[in-house]
Amino acid sequence: MTGAKSVMSAQGKSPGSKPPGEGVADGLLTRRRDPQGREVVAFSGRLDAEAAGRLWEPAMEAVRDLTKTAGARVHVDAHAVSVCDSGGAMLLTAMDEQSRRGGADMELIGLADEYQRLVASLRVVEAVDGPPVHQPEPLVAALGRGTLQAAHDTRVLVAFVGETFLALLSAIRRPNTVRWRDVVLYAERAGIGAVPIVTLIGLLLGLILSFQSAISMRKFGAEIFVADLIGISMIKELGPLMASVMLTARSGSAFAAEIGTMKINEEIDALTTMGLAPVRFLVVPRVIAAVIVVPTLTMLMILSALVGGGIIMLTMGYPVTTYVNRLSQATSPAALGEGLTKALVFGFIVAAVGCQRGLATRSGAGAVGQSTTDSVVSGIILIAIIDGFFALCVYLMKS
Amino acid sequence: MTSSEPIIRVENLSASYGDDVVFNDVSFEVQRGEVFAILGGSGSGKSTMLKHMIGLYPPRAGRILIDGLDLTAASGKSRLGILRKFGVMYQSGALFGSLDLLANVSLALEEFTDLPRHAIARIAASKLELVGLAGFEHHVPSEISGGMAKRAAIARAMALDPSILFLDEPSAGLDPITSAELDETVLRLSRTLGVTFVVVTHELPSIYSIADRVIMLDKRTKGISAIGSPRELRDRSDDEWVRRFFRREAGAEAVGEESSP
Repeated sequence: MTGAKSVMSAQGKSPGSKPPGEGVADGLLTRRRDPQGREVVAFSGRLDAEAAGRLWEPAMEAVRDLTKTAGARVHVDAHAVSVCDSGGAMLLTAMDEQSRRGGADMELIGLADEYQRLVASLRVVEAVDGPPVHQPEPLVAALGRGTLQAAHDTRVLVAFVGETFLALLSAIRRPNTVRWRDVVLYAERAGIGAVPIVTLIGLLLGLILSFQSAISMRKFGAEIFVADLIGISMIKELGPLMASVMLTARSGSAFAAEIGTMKINEEIDALTTMGLAPVRFLVVPRVIAAVIVVPTLTMLMILSALVGGGIIMLTMGYPVTTYVNRLSQATSPAALGEGLTKALVFGFIVAAVGCQRGLATRSGAGAVGQSTTDSVVSGIILIAIIDGFFALCVYLMKS
Repeated sequence: MTSSEPIIRVENLSASYGDDVVFNDVSFEVQRGEVFAILGGSGSGKSTMLKHMIGLYPPRAGRILIDGLDLTAASGKSRLGILRKFGVMYQSGALFGSLDLLANVSLALEEFTDLPRHAIARIAASKLELVGLAGFEHHVPSEISGGMAKRAAIARAMALDPSILFLDEPSAGLDPITSAELDETVLRLSRTLGVTFVVVTHELPSIYSIADRVIMLDKRTKGISAIGSPRELRDRSDDEWVRRFFRREAGAEAVGEESSP
C-alpha cells in the first residue's frame, strides 16, 4: 500500500472519550446525496469488527459502484460513527484501497482522531501473506523422503532397543540399581488394570471363533475339531498377539504420553543433568513391568478364549470332558511355551517402543499426541513383523 | 455512562480455597485509562484476585463490575459481552503452540466476526506490529523467546480491541532490559490507545515506571494494606512494612513472611 496518493484526510472530531459501552446503535451503512449532490457512503453507530464483517460486502459494492459512475472521488462520511475498532478501521482502509484500484481517490470525513490512529496503524502493515502454502511434494520425492525417514526411524529404534536390552542385562546383574517400587506400580497399572478388558476380549474371541467355525464344521460332522482350532490358534498365535495389542493400546500409549509430557516439561533434561540416565530411570522399570505382566495377560487371554469355546461346545451338546480331552490332545506345553516366549518378546518391544516414542517427543501440545499415536502404530506394526519372523523360525526349526 | 465512572469496581470481594481464606471483604476501583497494579508478597493472593477479576473463579462473596456490568451474576450472552471488554495476558503467555503468531492473534477475530480472511490477517499483523513483533507472523511459539511470547500474548489479548488488559506477572522470567521494553509497550498502548491496564506484579522498577496507582494485598490482614501511587506509598504510607517494601529495604519481605503459615 503506497498511501501517498490517497486522500484519507479527515476533519477531526473532538477526540471523544466515549467508552465503548452499551447503548450504542449497531453499525449501519447508508448511501445518500450530500447538499452538493455528490453521492456519499455514510457510516453510523458502532463500527466494530462485527459490524465491519457484516458491512464488508455492501461497502465494497458501494465503492465499486461509485468508482464506476462518479469517476474521481469516493466520499465516505464517518461523522455518525460512535465507536470504531481495528475491524472498522480495516474496513475503511480496504475501501480506500479498493477506490484506488478503481482509479479513484477516497475522501474520508468525520472520523475521530483517536480512530484515525487505528487506520494509520493498519497502513503500516502491508497485506500479509497467508501462512506458507504447503506445496504437495512430487510422488518420487515423497517416496524417497518417506523411505529415508523410515530407515532413520528404524535405525533409531533398533539402537534404542539395543540400549534398553543392555540396560536390562546390567539390571539383572545388579538388581539393586532397579527402582522396584516403580516396577510394581507400572506392573499394577499395566497388568491388574488390564484384567477386565483382556478377559472380555478373550471370551468374545473364543465365542465368535468357535461359533463361526462350528457352523461350517457341522456340515461335515466335525464340530469337535472346534477345540483344535481354538486351542492351537489361541495358544500359539492369537493369545500372545491380542494380549500384546491390548498392552500396546493401554500401556505403550500411556508410557509414550507420560515420558513425552516429562520431555516437554524439561524433566528428562533435569534427569540427564543430575546424572540419571533416562533409560535406566524411566525405561527399565517400565520394560521390566511389561515383560512381567504380558505372559500373565496372554495366559488370561487364552484361558478366557478357551472358556468361550467351551460355552459354545456345551450349547452344541458336547460335555466338558470331551472338549477338555480334545484340547489336551490338540495342544502341548511346548506350544504354550512358544506362545509365551513370543509374548515376552512382544511385551519388551511394546514397552520399549512406547518409551522411545515418549523420549523422541518434540515440543508443543500436539507433540505428545503424535508420540502416543506413533507408539501404538509402530508397536502394532512391530508385533506383526516379529510374529512373522517367529513363524519363519519355528518352520525352519521343524523342517 | 460517563467516563468518570470507574471501569472496574470490585465490591466486598472474598475468596478462599476450602477453609483457607485468601482475602476478605476487599473493595477497590480501577479508573478508566489508568495503569493499575496489584501488588503483594508471595502468597498474598495477587493471582487469585486477578482470576476473580477476569471471571475464572466464582467469588465466595462480593461482586465485580466491569463497565458497570456485574461479571459475577452474568451468564450466557451477556457474560460473553463482558468478557469481550477485556483481554488477558497469562503469566506463561499461554499462546497456542500449534498455531503461528498470526493465527494466535487472528483466532478471536475469525471466531467472532465475519471479516474476510485477508482483513483479519491484516488486523492481526497490525497488532503484532504494535507490540514490536513485525516479521514474526509465521513463527510458532516454540521458536520465539520468553519476552517475545509475552508481547505476542499481549497482541493476542488486544485482537478485539478490548478496553481493559489484564497482565499477570509481565516481568516474571525476563531480563531487566526485556522487562523494561515490555513496560514501554504497556505505556505506549496505554497512552496511544487509552487502554486500561491491570497488572499483577511484584517487580518494583516496573511498578515505578508504569503504574499510576497500586493496591497492596497483605496476607497478614487478608485485605488491602495500601492504595495510592507508588511514590506516595513509598514516602507517606502509615504502614511501616509498605514503606519498606517500596524502598526495597531488607527486612520488608521478612516482615511480610512473618505470619505465613
